[in-house]
Amino acid sequence: MRIALFADIHANLEALEACLAHAEAAGARRLVFLGDLVGYGADPRAVLARVRPLVEAGALAVLGNHDEAAVHGAVNFSPDAATAIAWTSSQLDAEDKAFLDRLPLEVEAEDRLYVHADASDPAAWTYVTGPREARASLDATRARVIVCGHTHVPLLCGLTATQKLVAHTPPRDTPMPLTEPRRWLAVLGSVGQPRDGSPAACYGMLDTARQEIAWMRVPYDVAEAARKIRAAGLPDRLAVRLAIGS
Amino acid sequence: MSREGEVIGGFTLGPVAHRGGMAILHEATHPDHALPILVKLPRLAEGEDPAAIVSFEMEQMILPRLSGPHAPRCLGTGHLPVPWIAMERIAGQSLLPMLDRLPRPPEEVAQIGARIADALDSLHRQGLVHLDLKPSNVIVAAEDGRAVLVDYGLSHHASLPDLMEEEFRLPYGTAPYMAPEQVMGIRGDPASDLFALGSLMYFFVTDLRPFGDPQRLSGLKRRLWWDPKPPRALNPAVPPWLQEIILRCLEVEPAKRHPSAAQLALDLRNPAAVPLTARAERLARDPWSARIRRRFHPDHRPRLQRERPSAPQADAPIVAVAVDLDNISAELAEALRRNVALVLSALPGARLACLNVLRTNLLRPDTTLDGSGRNKHLQRLLELRHWAEALRLPEERVTHHVLEATGAAAALLDYAEANRVDHLVLGARADGIGRRVLGSVSAEVARDAPCSVTVVRLRS
Repeated sequence: MRIALFADIHANLEALEACLAHAEAAGARRLVFLGDLVGYGADPRAVLARVRPLVEAGALAVLGNHDEAAVHGAVNFSPDAATAIAWTSSQLDAEDKAFLDRLPLEVEAEDRLYVHADASDPAAWTYVTGPREARASLDATRARVIVCGHTHVPLLCGLTATQKLVAHTPPRDTPMPLTEPRRWLAVLGSVGQPRDGSPAACYGMLDTARQEIAWMRVPYDVAEAARKIRAAGLPDRLAVRLAIGS
Repeated sequence: MSREGEVIGGFTLGPVAHRGGMAILHEATHPDHALPILVKLPRLAEGEDPAAIVSFEMEQMILPRLSGPHAPRCLGTGHLPVPWIAMERIAGQSLLPMLDRLPRPPEEVAQIGARIADALDSLHRQGLVHLDLKPSNVIVAAEDGRAVLVDYGLSHHASLPDLMEEEFRLPYGTAPYMAPEQVMGIRGDPASDLFALGSLMYFFVTDLRPFGDPQRLSGLKRRLWWDPKPPRALNPAVPPWLQEIILRCLEVEPAKRHPSAAQLALDLRNPAAVPLTARAERLARDPWSARIRRRFHPDHRPRLQRERPSAPQADAPIVAVAVDLDNISAELAEALRRNVALVLSALPGARLACLNVLRTNLLRPDTTLDGSGRNKHLQRLLELRHWAEALRLPEERVTHHVLEATGAAAALLDYAEANRVDHLVLGARADGIGRRVLGSVSAEVARDAPCSVTVVRLRS
């Protein structure tokens, strides 16, 4: 079975729609949302209106730090992020916030653990940027495969038979093996605000039969998403970075 | 304990076909597959190197991602009840038995070398570096004589996590064939496989391994400063061109070896076109003082790490240009040169093969001399060189070939196929009686070529 994985959508409706359409065409039968549905982008309500029915129909979703901040206020946010989250909070109604507030920090399904950031302490929102943090996540949990987001930069880490940790930057659109019985940690790229040098939206495609995961890249209407950010009066830098993917 | 009769992943194991140091190969059958099958299982005896299982899992990742005629087709992998890989069994023999019959004649070694280089080219283009090329890992297919490489347990795949990278303090590989950069722990440069192939050809043609078979790291490192005896000093039958090729493969710095396996194969198949350098004539090692200087001088630091090892298809393609010397106008000759220069200027690793087809007549017995008694083949070669001169390419980047054939298109297509040409450039024949009667060579080539084709035509 194919499972589409969406992390760090960040209220970018254009990117989300492009990825959902791409995933459906690619044969995804299940959807997982890995946190940060909102923040930075100009369409928090429209994104929640799109995602909520999917979750009610069985899609899995976990909480991200921006989702938490939209409900409870920002802690340790950069000035641009804090400005955006205050605006986001003002846009959402009570029902939106209640939906976000109910999201769990992590979800386990079969041999996989879905979490937004470092699985060893999900509420601390630590970035998994390299082998050290990846090992902390793997050491603290039992699931064979951990899927997370938060960094907006694709990364695949694995523990070898001799417990060495390998870190690898996965190429785009190419299935990577999650060889059994070894343990793996996949950091997804961002749907709505890529930061690895490519402006294309990124989502994950997991194939449970083949035990493979691919980082799919999808072009979307960046100019429209950026225009909406400016029209909402959000910091210009948040619009600019979409075009350069950083 | 024999596993014969056991069913693993749907494959019924037959008798043991081969018992290696790290793995056991069983013959096998499967109801869905009619072809001969091997199932590979790791040896997991107590106290054995735990890295063996990491290497096995690396091969489990790599083999299913390889395609083409130079790697066995993977039929499945799994880990229960033990790790396993099922693959096509190639009918043929490894090069191992040849070690009893060394040295081999230079022509035979060049032919084997070219076939192995074909296999390396196919794998390098898929992002794979084998890193353990040696006689036992080369199967010569009984069907067509092509080389099929096996055992990818130490290999590096550009798009996959490298499980072996973190694994070892000591470099893994096979001592006689390991490239200097591999000794120093650098994995992922396709040129490492060219070094191994050079070492294999040296061994086959001299019956001596160029660097012996050292078992310790200090002995392995000697190849960074210690040059082997030139093959011609050991076997006078080795021609200069073959020594040139072998010693180029054995260059310490990967950047000084051939830019791609396909270019190496081209040299091995075209002895007359190999540009000879000082390497070709050497009959003795460097003086001991030079070796000692390399060993101890702080400035002797060969560049083993390349910023970005070249991808053969992208950075070091073989470009062929067909020049129709009989019918070409000065304008078209110039336009053809400009197009070729444009392609080559962007790619310093690219190599140019200039081709001309000398028509031979099927019915009449051919004479090799023209009306005024000159050798036609040689005359064409000179004209081809003259055409290419204006490109001002260094000798090692350009070769010239006169193909004798009855049909131009078929000759060009055969050449492109056999020499793994990446890009074929040719001029469109001017409209005239020939084109109407014989059809367009360029159209036929463009339709059937195994590579990109540029047809150069003057604006009318």
